[in-house]
Amino acid sequence: METLFFLIVSLVAIISAILVVTCRNPINSALSLILTFFCLATYYVMLDAPFLAAVQVMVYAGAIMVLIVFTIMLLNIRVNASKSQSHKIVLGSVIGFFTLLNTAVIVFKSRVALPNGPLTGDIIKQQGHTELIGREMFTTFLLPFEITSILLLVAIVGAVILAKKKI
Amino acid sequence: MENLNGYLIISAILFSIGTIGVLTRKNAIVIFMCVEMMLNAVNLTFVALSRHLGNLDGQVFVFFVMTVAAAEAAVGLALMIAFYNNKESIDVDDINLMKW
Repeated sequence: METLFFLIVSLVAIISAILVVTCRNPINSALSLILTFFCLATYYVMLDAPFLAAVQVMVYAGAIMVLIVFTIMLLNIRVNASKSQSHKIVLGSVIGFFTLLNTAVIVFKSRVALPNGPLTGDIIKQQGHTELIGREMFTTFLLPFEITSILLLVAIVGAVILAKKKI
Repeated sequence: MENLNGYLIISAILFSIGTIGVLTRKNAIVIFMCVEMMLNAVNLTFVALSRHLGNLDGQVFVFFVMTVAAAEAAVGLALMIAFYNNKESIDVDDINLMKW
């Protein structure tokens, strides 16, 4: 049952990912990308990471995609039918195919290490995923977390300065 | 949580599709969306391996990737709007001047 569900979600994810690349209108690409993000959120739920799934839906499918759709509609770019929308399709596809081949060979040839951490499905269900990840983030990864806040501040200042006509 | 390889292969497929999109499309916003898709594919790998190894470090790393993606979205889209105000286009072929 879980395998069947996994296959269905995979099918939807791959088709919507292909639509992102092939659609001529950027709005259609953006909507397909939202579908891909929802499929990834489903995978996170299946991987016992419900908090990450919620963050995926809120941050990616919510905030970032709203920003992208907003920009597309603000710029209002007309799709020019006569003009080509892409270049070097064959070369790009060959490179993409070799990327896939490379990663597939790595996945199938290599052996992943056996589970060595303390985390099991039972512990996640018992303690809650949010609590576990919060504890990890505010103890072991406290310094990177603070640096992340500085990165966000820089991004805010940079976006305002770039978008402003006159400073 | 048995089919680790399935998740890794899905992640590889999404990453490759994103690569093809980045290499072939001309619209800067579509290229941007393909980059987001590649970041998400890597996130899936992180979460799958983190769950498999029973270690939360990978999932915390996904958080940092998401933060960088959000910062990238804000700055990148501001750049595109600034470019559109100057050139009336966001084709990457038109981005060929350092100064105008």
